[in-house]
Amino acid sequence: MGGSRDQKILLPGTDIELPMGLDLSRRDVLKIAGYGSLAAFIAACGGGTTTTTSGTVTAKGGSMSIGSYLSDAVPKKGLQDIVDAFTTANGGTKVKVNTVDHGTFQNTINNYLQATPEDVFTWFSGHRMRFFADKGLAQPLDDVWNDVKGNFTEGFAASVKGNDGHVYAVPTSYYPWAIFYRKDVFAAGNYKIPTDWAGFKALCDQMKKDNLTPIAFADKDGWPAMGTFDILNLRLNGYDFHTELCVGKQKWTDPRVANVFKKWAEITPYYSPAFAGLTWQEAAQQLLKKKAGMYLLGLFVSEQFVGSGNPDDLAQLDFFPFPDVGSQYDAEKALDAPIDVYMLAKKSPTLGADTGQAKAFLEFMSKGSSQIIYWKASPGAIPTANDADQSQYPALTKKAAQIVSNAKRITQFFDRDSRPDFSGPNSMQGFLLRYLSNPKQDTGSLQGQMQSFWDSLQPE
Amino acid sequence: MTPAREDSPEAGELVATKRGGYHVLTRYDRRVLMLMVGLPLLLDVIFIWWPTMSSILLSFTNYNGVGDVTANNFVGLKNYQFLFSGYTLFWPAFFHNIIWLAWLALIATPVGIFFAVLLDREIRGSGFYQSVFFLPVVLSLVVVGFIWELQFSPTEGFINNVFGLTKSNNIVDWLGNPRINLFAILVAASWRHVGYVMVIYLAGLKSVDPTLREAAKVDGANEVRTFFRVIFPVMAPINVVIAVITAIEALRAFDIAFIVNQGKNGLELLSILITNNSISEASLVGFGSAIAVILLVISLGPIIVFLSRVMRSTS
Repeated sequence: MGGSRDQKILLPGTDIELPMGLDLSRRDVLKIAGYGSLAAFIAACGGGTTTTTSGTVTAKGGSMSIGSYLSDAVPKKGLQDIVDAFTTANGGTKVKVNTVDHGTFQNTINNYLQATPEDVFTWFSGHRMRFFADKGLAQPLDDVWNDVKGNFTEGFAASVKGNDGHVYAVPTSYYPWAIFYRKDVFAAGNYKIPTDWAGFKALCDQMKKDNLTPIAFADKDGWPAMGTFDILNLRLNGYDFHTELCVGKQKWTDPRVANVFKKWAEITPYYSPAFAGLTWQEAAQQLLKKKAGMYLLGLFVSEQFVGSGNPDDLAQLDFFPFPDVGSQYDAEKALDAPIDVYMLAKKSPTLGADTGQAKAFLEFMSKGSSQIIYWKASPGAIPTANDADQSQYPALTKKAAQIVSNAKRITQFFDRDSRPDFSGPNSMQGFLLRYLSNPKQDTGSLQGQMQSFWDSLQPE
Repeated sequence: MTPAREDSPEAGELVATKRGGYHVLTRYDRRVLMLMVGLPLLLDVIFIWWPTMSSILLSFTNYNGVGDVTANNFVGLKNYQFLFSGYTLFWPAFFHNIIWLAWLALIATPVGIFFAVLLDREIRGSGFYQSVFFLPVVLSLVVVGFIWELQFSPTEGFINNVFGLTKSNNIVDWLGNPRINLFAILVAASWRHVGYVMVIYLAGLKSVDPTLREAAKVDGANEVRTFFRVIFPVMAPINVVIAVITAIEALRAFDIAFIVNQGKNGLELLSILITNNSISEASLVGFGSAIAVILLVISLGPIIVFLSRVMRSTS
């Protein structure tokens, strides 16, 4: 790997320059890309073409199976497109896709992986991948990785490495969290993109006057609120505090956590009414139908805009980075940019027979040309491969790649950076919902409960 | 002596025991009995006692669902300690189950009984009403939850829209507001429970001897008095069944709350805490088992009442 400090990388086919002013020498970059930026993602490391597959690892024809959490219509079709292309390219390999509702898949993953999982399964990188790798439920795939690693940057490589040094996943897409809005709505209301907290709140007030819901918000699913917690904690207290909090090295009772809740309470009055009963899709519809002005969510919000059937909706979708909150950590420009991956289930009863096909699929998924197929169906997921043809990217995708590159610190998402037993419906999700039911409350006792719940968990 | 065929007349003779006495049953009878008692006992042990005992054992461990349980996993009473002192969701869930029970017992079940009494009077279109009220019963609770989720949805839902709450911006967050969402799903649960109780009670009413009613009428009792003084006491066995069904429905309440939001934000129930802890991504099997044991202890109440009634009536 290379890249001196003043070097810049030009993303092929785009005018995006990636800064290289970062510290690439440190290991474990994606813990979590904290020591780098998108440069760490896309940086150095050859960035060349996919190496040819060696005959020993993969097999053609035959059959294999995929357990998928891509249950929404748009991503589901994306996977099907890829599977069809793979079948054609790999000598007619029959692929059985078992799609399970996204939330259910996540909640039952432990049982799923121990029972009779499919050969390949969709999952998340980072702490959440390592958790199951440590439990011996994922099959290392160093051989596949050796074939394809030239197509990924250091940052992605670190994100799929287990605690034992083996590689357990192939990263296939990532997306940033940011504040989304409709360009036509902003033009009609003569709204300016806010860059600081006061401007952000002033804009919210203006939108309220104009009979818009200033900030679309939905937390029936429980996890979306974590996105707001992440960004506020990152900006108010910094990357180091946030990541340490996620793994228990800082206390939930810390006054800095109370500050996050206090700051948050300043914008909750601008949220969608009845947000605790809304799904993120319903909130995205508010943005789509011009009933709401802004929405802090991942780039996957674009799925709803694709699904509207009117191409202009997607063209109007844009986003801006979270405004500065006036702390010393604003300069980090930190944000959540989760990476989605494919893994091999060790306990799959068919994996023995299908290993060659499953690995062929993972190698197929690591090619830019394949990831582009998925991205075309589901533009909320940016390809990870260096050789993905970025000339096709529309402005939104280019901008999404850029916002990640501008961030000096990158996290995955609360439920990927923290331990799964702290991120579930009856833990962090429930705590945040309890906070949101009365944001003005003194959060002291809530924080105490969060800490005592954390303390009750057995050491990992 | 050559061994006799099992079903031969000789086999009917008394068999000497080792202690010099005689068995009352023949060898054949004893084998049949052993099979008839042993097989159900075996199934009972495998499917009921083994899981129950494992749950109780696991509740003393910090087992996370991977691999075997070892001696290192045992943590004594730590799970229970945390359950009662540190786990903030336990008591809310416990009281939600109590509210559930109270609602079913005081509202849904009486309504079901009332419907049954009305339909028993052979009013016009009785068959039609019966099928209407019974329809939700054939749906699984998951489907019921899904149907009502659509009714209750804040912006897209039927209820807020038909009452004009969406337009006037007075949106009621039926499923998201922790103060009211439990009652919203209780309405959904009752929708099904009422029909269930109605059908069982109606079947009971049909079997009441009509001469009782006539006798009461001759004695000058009005409808209400006839029901409470004559019919209701006669229906005692059915009443016990209804009471037990109501208790069981309240204790096993799970599906609708889980469909709505996985049982958080005001919809915590004991069964849901068990599920979310023991078969979630986190897999806190030991802790989940401790909650399951508590639920078992609570369930023993209605089970003992039911069994003692049943056994008293048979003996």
